[in-house]
Amino acid sequence: MSGNGFLQICIYVLALLIITKPVGLYMAHVYENHPIWLDRLFGPFERFFYRLSGIQTTDGMDWKRYLIAMLVFNFFGCLIVYGIQRLQFYLPLNPQALSAPSPELSFNTATSFVTNTNWQSYGGETTMSYLTQMLALTVQNFLSAATGMALLIALIRGIRAHESSNLGNFWVDTIRGTLYILLPLSFVFAIFLGSQGVIQNFKSNQKITLLHPISYQQAMQDQAGHVMNDANGNAKMQTIHMTEQVIPMGPVASQIAIKQLGTNGGGYFNVSSAHPFEDPTPLSNFFEMLAILFIPAALCYTLGVMVNDRRQGWALLAAMFLIFIPFMCLAVFEEQQGNPAFTSFGIDQMAKSNLFPGGNMEGKETRFGIINSALWATATTAASNGSVNAMHDSFTPLGGLVPLWMMHLGEAVFGGVGSGLYGMLLFVIITVFVAGLMIGRTPEYLGKKIEPYEMKMASIGVLIMPLIVLFFTAIATVTKAGVSAIANPGAHGFTEVLYAFTSMTNNNGSAFAGLNTNTPFYNMLGGVAMLLGRYWIAIPVLVIAGSLAKKKVVPSGEGTLVTHSPLFIVLLASITIILGALSFLPALALGPIVEQLMLWGQYGH
Amino acid sequence: MIKAIFHEIKPALVTLVIFSFLTGLIYPGLVTCVAQLFFPWKANGSIIEKNGNQVGSLLIGQSFIEDNYFYSRPSATSPFPYNGESSSGSNMGPSNPDFLKAIKERTNQLQKTSLSHDLVPVDLVTASGSGLDPDISPLAAYYQVPRITKLRHLSEIEIKNLINKLTQERQLMIFGEPRVNVLQLNLGLDELGK
Repeated sequence: MSGNGFLQICIYVLALLIITKPVGLYMAHVYENHPIWLDRLFGPFERFFYRLSGIQTTDGMDWKRYLIAMLVFNFFGCLIVYGIQRLQFYLPLNPQALSAPSPELSFNTATSFVTNTNWQSYGGETTMSYLTQMLALTVQNFLSAATGMALLIALIRGIRAHESSNLGNFWVDTIRGTLYILLPLSFVFAIFLGSQGVIQNFKSNQKITLLHPISYQQAMQDQAGHVMNDANGNAKMQTIHMTEQVIPMGPVASQIAIKQLGTNGGGYFNVSSAHPFEDPTPLSNFFEMLAILFIPAALCYTLGVMVNDRRQGWALLAAMFLIFIPFMCLAVFEEQQGNPAFTSFGIDQMAKSNLFPGGNMEGKETRFGIINSALWATATTAASNGSVNAMHDSFTPLGGLVPLWMMHLGEAVFGGVGSGLYGMLLFVIITVFVAGLMIGRTPEYLGKKIEPYEMKMASIGVLIMPLIVLFFTAIATVTKAGVSAIANPGAHGFTEVLYAFTSMTNNNGSAFAGLNTNTPFYNMLGGVAMLLGRYWIAIPVLVIAGSLAKKKVVPSGEGTLVTHSPLFIVLLASITIILGALSFLPALALGPIVEQLMLWGQYGH
Repeated sequence: MIKAIFHEIKPALVTLVIFSFLTGLIYPGLVTCVAQLFFPWKANGSIIEKNGNQVGSLLIGQSFIEDNYFYSRPSATSPFPYNGESSSGSNMGPSNPDFLKAIKERTNQLQKTSLSHDLVPVDLVTASGSGLDPDISPLAAYYQVPRITKLRHLSEIEIKNLINKLTQERQLMIFGEPRVNVLQLNLGLDELGK
């Protein structure tokens, strides 16, 4: 790694550490209902809104009510997103006159955006109208993120409650999270992105005159749209001359800001942030990468503030970095090393500091080079963001293993906004339980006894993900509908399928995009995977919150396991990795690992 | 249970309607106003003009395959390269035989026309992620200097100066990679004369 690459990575990690405390503290104030200066701006609206909707802000909910509120909210959200897509042809702000997506695709997209996954079986610019992008997708970018954060806050309230059933009010948490955290951050960020060249308008696509016309061959079609064949059975080709290029337009900046901040990740365009209109400069790229981990990292500190022991928050953050950094280094190293086959062709892959990024540049943009592409890939899959600035399908085998592996850890290392930290807290419960067994004492976390009931719920939450991923991947690899969508032959094709279900079940949304998932099979199965992956974990989390809330707070004594010590941090990171490894190593061996061995075996000498 | 569900329907619907309005219309609308007011050129696609004609966006690459221009990177958009309406990478896996064959062909093709004995810079034979990458690395530009010098009857110094002038350094000296915009390079070439 070059000196500059090292510097870019260091600045990134440092910037994250710097924002953690102020942002985390601010978010704690928002959820604790402490006075904040944005009250003056949004306070009157907030109070008016509660009156209008009949929400009693002091009305505390137990875990069942909290869960019901969330499910009802998400159910109607899903319906609206589905409806807008199906009707988009008849709605305004559709200058390209795009028709409605198919029912399966609309279902897949609706579940995808409501579960904070943002898996996209479609290419944004060719499928969704401006209105759909804003009123359906951007709205759920905000609300699904706010829902995840609300759930985390409910769990934290459960941990610190003393013989109570009150987890707070779902509506108040969701609304305050949107109004005071996501909306102002997104607004400022969108303006910054505009200053870098991200477009924001409602024009129809523009045409420009090419400096030099291009021509290409295309198969001729008859009036019914069938390919016409010549006497030998080959497709008849015609030459098409192009003198113009179409420049896409649309309200992009406003959507990119929240897609990065809310760990949503659904790009405006097909290639997400690899598109120059989504991520035009290295500086916009740096801040988009920072935005991916911005809230998940800061929420660790929020937890520390809310349980009145800030060391606990730092400890969780430390465990996350402990896993994140080595994997990121592996991705950077592998991508920088490049493709061994290229060397024999006479291709230069050696980086030269002020001239040339080198490395595996297939699917990567010149302005980002290797470092920023590999760093982004690790961050976007560590968090359940899923936006990409390079094509993961074209990564080297082990470079592509890193994003896959980050998701296999259950999106607990940073993870989604809210959902990442509550996922990590499930691992914490398992860790204190294991540690308790080792030292022969009752396991406790933050003054709450962890008993078999909580342990069972945590296990359900942690184990469902590998089960769905492996089972659905298995179905896809033995059915024609599953296999026919694969783009690359051999082990890499298997990795594509494994990646798709890993990404959807973990609500990540990034893809090995060669796989053509816009088929009824993948749209339906994927939609189910996203729903199970989100709610099968969210429900046990709320159950645990309810159960912990009812318990007494036990003062810590000599036998209490310290949960902010380096020892505990290492133990937590190890258990997270071991659980992921035990579930997925066999599958990984069939995919990226065998591809690595074959590629280097054939060309590596 | 049923009663509990019905109890939450009103807040759910009111929240969805009001927040759809707020985050789905007012927020993008407000961002549009600010962006159009302060960065109108950028908000509308960074489109540049030459002799009163719109000749391209600085951010969206164009396909240059003529030997007397700087080549842009290969593009995997369909049905033709640099299709602004349908961004896409190749999504070819690193061990895919078809992919390796295509790379080999591109490399051979470049070596034939380049008049340079250096190794081929990797960005000139690999497709970008978006298929719309407007840039090439400075090394990829220098690699093409001998060919363009010969075809345009210009001096090597002139062309190298053009590259140096148009090279964008790392942003704030730190972020990203150095790069040259291919459209700017080729507009510059035309200005130098054929």
